[in-house]
Amino acid sequence: MITLEAESIEIIREAVATARNPVMLYSIGKDSSVMLHLARKAFYPAPPPFPLLHVDTGWKFKEMYLHRTRMVAESGMRLITHTNPEGVVAGVNPFIHGSNYHTDVMKTQGLKQALDELGSDVVFGGARRDEEKSRAKERVFSFRAPGHRWDPKAQRPELWNLYNTHVKPDETIRVFPISNWTELDIWQYIHAERIPIVPLYLAAERPVVKRDGQWIMVDDERFPFAPGEQAEMKRVRFRTLGCWPLTAAIESDADTLEAVIAETFNARSSERQGRLIDSDIPGSMEKKKQEGYF
Amino acid sequence: MSMLHAKDIASFLDGQRDKETLRFITCGSVDDGKSTLIGRLLFESKSIFDDQLQALETDSRQYGTQGEKIDLALLVDGLQAEREQGITIDVAYRFFATDRRRYIVADTPGHEQYTRNMATGASTADLAVILIDARKGVLTQTRRHSRIVAMMGIRHVVLAVNKMDLVECDQSVYDAIVEDYLAFASGFGFTTVQAIPLSGLDGDNVLNHSARMPWYSGPSLMGYLDTVEVHESNGRDAFRLPVQWVNRPNLDFRGFCGRIAEGTVRPGDTLRVLPSGVSVEVKAILAGFDEVESACAGDSVTITLSEEVDVSRGDVLVAAAAPAEVADQFEARLLWMVEHPMSPGRQYLMKLACKEVTATITDIKYREDVNTGTHLAAKNLGLNEIATVNLSTSAPVVFEPYAVNRVLGGFILVDKLTFETVGAGMIDFALRRASNIHWQALELNRTVRAAQKHQSPRCIWFTGLSGSGKSTIANLLEKRLHAEGKHTYLLDGDNVRHGLNRDLGFTEADRVENIRRVAEVAKLMVDAGLIVLVSFISPFISERRMARDLFAPGEFIEVYVDTPIEECERRDVKGLYAKARAGALKNFTGIDSPYEAPEVPEVHLHAGQLSTPACVDVLVDTLG
Repeated sequence: MITLEAESIEIIREAVATARNPVMLYSIGKDSSVMLHLARKAFYPAPPPFPLLHVDTGWKFKEMYLHRTRMVAESGMRLITHTNPEGVVAGVNPFIHGSNYHTDVMKTQGLKQALDELGSDVVFGGARRDEEKSRAKERVFSFRAPGHRWDPKAQRPELWNLYNTHVKPDETIRVFPISNWTELDIWQYIHAERIPIVPLYLAAERPVVKRDGQWIMVDDERFPFAPGEQAEMKRVRFRTLGCWPLTAAIESDADTLEAVIAETFNARSSERQGRLIDSDIPGSMEKKKQEGYF
Repeated sequence: MSMLHAKDIASFLDGQRDKETLRFITCGSVDDGKSTLIGRLLFESKSIFDDQLQALETDSRQYGTQGEKIDLALLVDGLQAEREQGITIDVAYRFFATDRRRYIVADTPGHEQYTRNMATGASTADLAVILIDARKGVLTQTRRHSRIVAMMGIRHVVLAVNKMDLVECDQSVYDAIVEDYLAFASGFGFTTVQAIPLSGLDGDNVLNHSARMPWYSGPSLMGYLDTVEVHESNGRDAFRLPVQWVNRPNLDFRGFCGRIAEGTVRPGDTLRVLPSGVSVEVKAILAGFDEVESACAGDSVTITLSEEVDVSRGDVLVAAAAPAEVADQFEARLLWMVEHPMSPGRQYLMKLACKEVTATITDIKYREDVNTGTHLAAKNLGLNEIATVNLSTSAPVVFEPYAVNRVLGGFILVDKLTFETVGAGMIDFALRRASNIHWQALELNRTVRAAQKHQSPRCIWFTGLSGSGKSTIANLLEKRLHAEGKHTYLLDGDNVRHGLNRDLGFTEADRVENIRRVAEVAKLMVDAGLIVLVSFISPFISERRMARDLFAPGEFIEVYVDTPIEECERRDVKGLYAKARAGALKNFTGIDSPYEAPEVPEVHLHAGQLSTPACVDVLVDTLG
């Protein structure tokens, strides 16, 4: 745990020391929370010398927005939010347009717009290698060609902890400080460091509806009930947080961090199982990443 | 691992905190079954989730190579191209844990064209699992990978003789392969080589002992990985902290951030800043938000010092009692990682710890045949080739030999134009120490500046009548010195009077002031490390003494260019004597103003009798 933390702090400092205009992608989830905590440790007593960027799809859980406000105040960092204006005009809605289109327009395109506007050369992201097979292949300093494209066959070799931080104008680097952490590591660290998290990670009675065998939480009035359909109250929690219509809850009684750790340890399914975007088509994460998704 | 209950969580977390992490790589030739073995390890350690297993069954039907059985290799081959071709292209990192340890596995490609990716995986590993197909024995790729593993400093090897099921679990096949390998690897300096016969496909000797191989009494692969001791000390505890970032939020706080590469540090310790050599004392150590009483190798810390000193990114804080070396020329082993060949003489960016400098390969001593280890002559280096080279850097670098310390001995080379990572290197030793900059802190003074120029600064003061040949001799001397690589400057009556002293005339008072200013300028230049040639009539003894007194003994060399006035007047290059005789020029030395000849000049040149080159020879001899 100490080694993981030291390695992540080293990565964050190295990126900042060599970047022109770094920014940290902040998604409000548990991985972002750990990454933000590590950044604050890396530069203490100064606040981290870069802003946070939240690509807001407009479909995050209400509790996530509350948590975001709290963390920005606590860290003393600047928050930049961006919502793809074209998506807003078009009224992109995951219930109508599907998960793929929604994710592409609101997340991938939104992210690219925000990064282009900011002119950021280095972007921190909270991806972990244990999450998904194509992420297991990604570098810590992941080089992106103009247009934010990822070419998995042209990755720079990354030896020791020596990161090649040079880019040409138009090229960028995505930096993943918690590449080597597992889901269990994240929970243990949150527990050990008492890192604040969105309460949705802990079990509580919540209004849910079953769709395609998964529990979807009714977070606001935009939920399109089928005729006669009603939300039922279930004791659920989330292993991962994204847009509420695209993130399934699991039935659980784990209402403390300790119980969550035990549940994570005993889990027989992966955390991304609740992410509806990953299983659309084979190799879908790799495709999204090539197009610029985090 | 067994089920965990919330009530046991406290003891579980304690156990997790102290759990060691072992990083290892799997390597070997194509189709030796590396990905399958890792898939097996993940499967056996219950690191595969049900939904992943389900997806695996679907994938196995589509891409699988195992007929009706599930293809565990598909768990690790994450890229679409890899799955389609059934090979590993890029290094993948996978994670699993047992009750004893956590593991990070780098699954590295077997194909020759991806050797650089294999080196990438090896660079952070403590141990290598080298796979051999029991049917094929030790292959070229096995040798290549073993050599790279050894070069990257991995000291522990598991020789996994795989696919034993395909040779009917025959002990004689296994014994022959082990014998063959040990003979080949004997010179690699591995601390341990543990051979294990196994089947990644069926799981024999992976987690449990195989009933099919009762003749094997050694550990299972997982059993061995759980217990092997890989952390060796280099036998010392010399503190090393490459400074990554200077944290300066306000005027009251100045912290030096980095990850400790070796040793331990405590408040009050005396450190040295390299390359400057300044001694400092540790005031406090911050680990995250907390001040701590000590920190050791592997920790990311922020250190504050008791005094304000100049420390920047790329400097290294070291134990004062055991400082690191500083040099600008090295012998190193180099792995070339791009198609475009490396040619000696070209400049690359070199990154070593937090320092980045320009580096040039000055010489390829020899290339190594990766398969046989034979030394070969080479003019350049191609993709995946390994050589021992000499390397010269644009600025002194703080380093350790790679065998002593990986952090301060490993470096990468980056192309200055494309910014590709083109080479990975490991320093063997310094060819010579950079002069005058190690250990001792040196204030920047004339000695340091002079040493940098490899010369003794001097003021060579030419005095003599107008037309005596002072400037001609001084000019030629400067050319000679310049040709020898000396750093010089010539102050001449004319060039100074056109600028600095344009406000001065030829009255006695102005002449004195003229000399005073020139002497002061010469003094500054000597201080800067230059050899300064001053060519002035400077007729008065007292002014020349005033000039001499500005310099240290031996620095001021008075050269009397002694040419009879008749001869000077005969030459009259500038027509000044004629003017003076005609009364058009007042206070002209030798005519209506006196010239006081030096009594004991360092050099007395009878310029009337000697040629200019002969005069210069005399001076060069005197200067040594």
